[in-house]
Amino acid sequence: MPKVPGLVKGLGVTLGIFGRTVKDGANTVQYPHEKESPPIRARGVIALHEDNCTACMLCSRSCPDWCIYIEGHKQLAPPRRAGGKPRQVNHLDRFDIDYALCMYCGICVEVCPFDALFWSPEYEYSEPKIADLLHDKEKLGEWMETVPEAPELEAGAGK
Amino acid sequence: MISVLAVEIPYWGQSLLRVLGGLVAVLLPAGAIVYLFLFKMMSFMQSRLGPMEAGPYGSMQLLAEVGKWLQKEDISPDNVDKTVFKLAPVVVLLSTFLLIVVVPFGPEAVFADLDAGVFYFLAVGSVSVLGILMAGWASANKYSLLGGLRAAGQLIAYELPMVLATLGVVIQAESMNLNRIVEVQNTEAIFGFEWLGNPFVITQFLGFLIFMIAVQAELTQPPFDMPIAESELVSGYMTEYSGFRFLMFFIAEFATAGVFAFIAATLFLGGWGVPFEWFGWDNLDDVSWWMNIVGPLILFTKMLALVFVIMWVRFTYPRFREDQLQTFAWKFLIPLSLANIAVTAILKVAV
Amino acid sequence: MTELSERQQLSYIASQAADARLNVELETEGMTLNIGPQHPATHGTLRIIARLDGEQVVWAEPSAGYMHRGYEKLTEVRTFPQVTTLINRIDWLGSFANEVPFILAAEKLMEIEAPPRAQVIRTILFELSRIANVSLFLGDLGVQMGATTPAFLAFRDREYVLNLIESATGGRFHPNFDRIGGLKDDLPKGWINETTAVVKRLIGFCDENEDLLFGNEIFQSRMRGIGVIPAHVAEEYGLSGANLRASGVDYDLRRDNPVGLAWDKADWKVWTHPDGDSWARCWIRLQETRESCKIVLQLLEQIPAGPIMTKVPRIIKVPEGEAYVSTENPLGEMGYYVVSKGDLGPFRVKIRSASFNNISITPWVLKGVYVPDIITILASLYFILGDIDR
Repeated sequence: MPKVPGLVKGLGVTLGIFGRTVKDGANTVQYPHEKESPPIRARGVIALHEDNCTACMLCSRSCPDWCIYIEGHKQLAPPRRAGGKPRQVNHLDRFDIDYALCMYCGICVEVCPFDALFWSPEYEYSEPKIADLLHDKEKLGEWMETVPEAPELEAGAGK
Repeated sequence: MISVLAVEIPYWGQSLLRVLGGLVAVLLPAGAIVYLFLFKMMSFMQSRLGPMEAGPYGSMQLLAEVGKWLQKEDISPDNVDKTVFKLAPVVVLLSTFLLIVVVPFGPEAVFADLDAGVFYFLAVGSVSVLGILMAGWASANKYSLLGGLRAAGQLIAYELPMVLATLGVVIQAESMNLNRIVEVQNTEAIFGFEWLGNPFVITQFLGFLIFMIAVQAELTQPPFDMPIAESELVSGYMTEYSGFRFLMFFIAEFATAGVFAFIAATLFLGGWGVPFEWFGWDNLDDVSWWMNIVGPLILFTKMLALVFVIMWVRFTYPRFREDQLQTFAWKFLIPLSLANIAVTAILKVAV
Repeated sequence: MTELSERQQLSYIASQAADARLNVELETEGMTLNIGPQHPATHGTLRIIARLDGEQVVWAEPSAGYMHRGYEKLTEVRTFPQVTTLINRIDWLGSFANEVPFILAAEKLMEIEAPPRAQVIRTILFELSRIANVSLFLGDLGVQMGATTPAFLAFRDREYVLNLIESATGGRFHPNFDRIGGLKDDLPKGWINETTAVVKRLIGFCDENEDLLFGNEIFQSRMRGIGVIPAHVAEEYGLSGANLRASGVDYDLRRDNPVGLAWDKADWKVWTHPDGDSWARCWIRLQETRESCKIVLQLLEQIPAGPIMTKVPRIIKVPEGEAYVSTENPLGEMGYYVVSKGDLGPFRVKIRSASFNNISITPWVLKGVYVPDIITILASLYFILGDIDR
């Protein structure tokens, strides 16, 4: 068989893709009308489970660009058992993440010893004003609803 | 006074009709080409849908784009030669309008039925080089200058094969009148087979190929787009243009694609006509009046088919280097077209 | 006259010589063309100063540093886990590959080794990021030469690879998945099957690209014989990766020094090309993408069971010492020289990034070529600006 010149072959490739797009549809997604669902592990936005947070500042300190702002104070909580001494707990006053600075590295989620931070694959939270990207603890708490269960692991995953 | 569809029209009315007709004849193909090919076909060849939001299937996208450009600021940088800089896009667009003058859309639907129509369009087609050179020079930008000079060199180099390829058609049709060329193609026969007429694309296939390659180069479409080469010269001579002046370049680019495809269809594909045999016409005077309405549609369809090929190549091929392009033109295309003329002439005399 | 550094003096002499040549031989005035810092062919903000004689380059010099982000300095004030976040962004297209040599260097200092399962998964992700990186190169090659379609095909198929990386690591561009002593997480269920399908698709993309671009006669005429780098020059300028192999030097760290990674478990080939021109460099990359696909397919079947993390302390302190580890990254040899003083973070890190050395050859190779060839040569040398400027 004689060799097909590359110029002709190239035309064939583009025409082939043209036909495939007409027949099977495009590979692109028309974004606002249909959405791709990101994988479970996708690092979209960080959600805060406020009850678990003890304002220990670990996340804030391990953040590579220091975009987590935490303020807290110690206060007395009612005793667990009747008649016991009132406990001293750390109360969270402020927990802000500045998504304009965040590098989405996930170190804060990883270091949290009390399971207070989670990744959610949600990604639609762009804002016209950069200051609005600073999410306070109420807003971070709202993301908790979108946090999925961790995926099952591939076979052979050891403990 | 002449009559159109049996209505007497004064001279000013004719002129107005011609201006309006010219606008439609230039802008409609340009719009159709941009939407059908630049937006849709290109996207489909790249496995995407293209503009979908403005209007059904993005059909109004063109208006949105034009609106966007019209409201942009018309920037002219500090050191530019203001007059020349501002005039350049007008000159480029002008050449497109001058080209459409001789294109026959029907037996009588032609803006000016020149006897030397072929000669005229070959001459006028080079006017755009002037505009491009003006733009490149006046922009006071090294990239633009390089682009302008490349464009000048390229357009002049490809003017020759185009002329020579057209000569074959002229020899065969024995006329330089475009309407006569259409008539010849639709009345003659190939080897006694009359049903198809004699579109010159068959007998002048080599000429057709050379003409299309030269058109591709004239339009500065890939693989001959070094003058605008967005990845090296950052759009070359258009670098400094913005707003509606850029829009003029843009329209000129695609309108010229349309007009050249019109001319190629006229020269090689039988133009506005269908083989006259089908309706029992003998010559141009026999043709029914309704061909003035149907003719443009036929020509438009043929134009779209040719532009499809032009654009298909555009979206597939990478570009040549400037010296390769010159070599290709001078050492390959021109000898080939000369040979084509020689063979055509010999056959014409001998047969 | 103010004191000039030696480098400035040299460039001054070179420019004077260029002027002299122009004036004597052709009696024309040269033109200095600034390609960049803002230019579509420079993949970012590289600036190339070229003195032109007509369209011919008489003298050219790259001027880097427009995007210097100071990663070497930044790492000194970060802890070891934080550093991987930063160095992800050096070569942003093959970001996982950036983490690996650094982590390996830190592991070498701590004298630990990742478990075999982690090593294989690391290698797979490493090769996937190479595929993601080089497939974009293959598409971008067309754009540099005016053909837009290959770029879209590359983006289309690269998307699947990025999806894979995202579903395994969580990060699409910047995985930050490698940890000292192993990996952050195990693979999610179904990932191996997905990867097999995607990698097969990528092999199809290579074929398609070969038909569309590499087989094109125009492309070949633009590439062949342009920007020839002989083997000894390539070695002298410290070229690495596909650029070096295209000059005929059979040197691949994946085969020659597979420290802590699992390339030796797969059967693959190191491609070399005798020509050393732009075509050879591009062709080598195309073949390497295919080899990478083969490596991934083979390694997917050999993932051993077991843990993915060795025992490391919760707060990582790397003992005092120095280590240099380099791997064969998508762009070439990338190495980290890590000095630790026993602190939470490194004391000093020197990053040997491939692109910086690869573009250092531009003054040599650009001499005498035409302006359009600058673009093809730069495209074939394939640099990423983050990798030059760090």
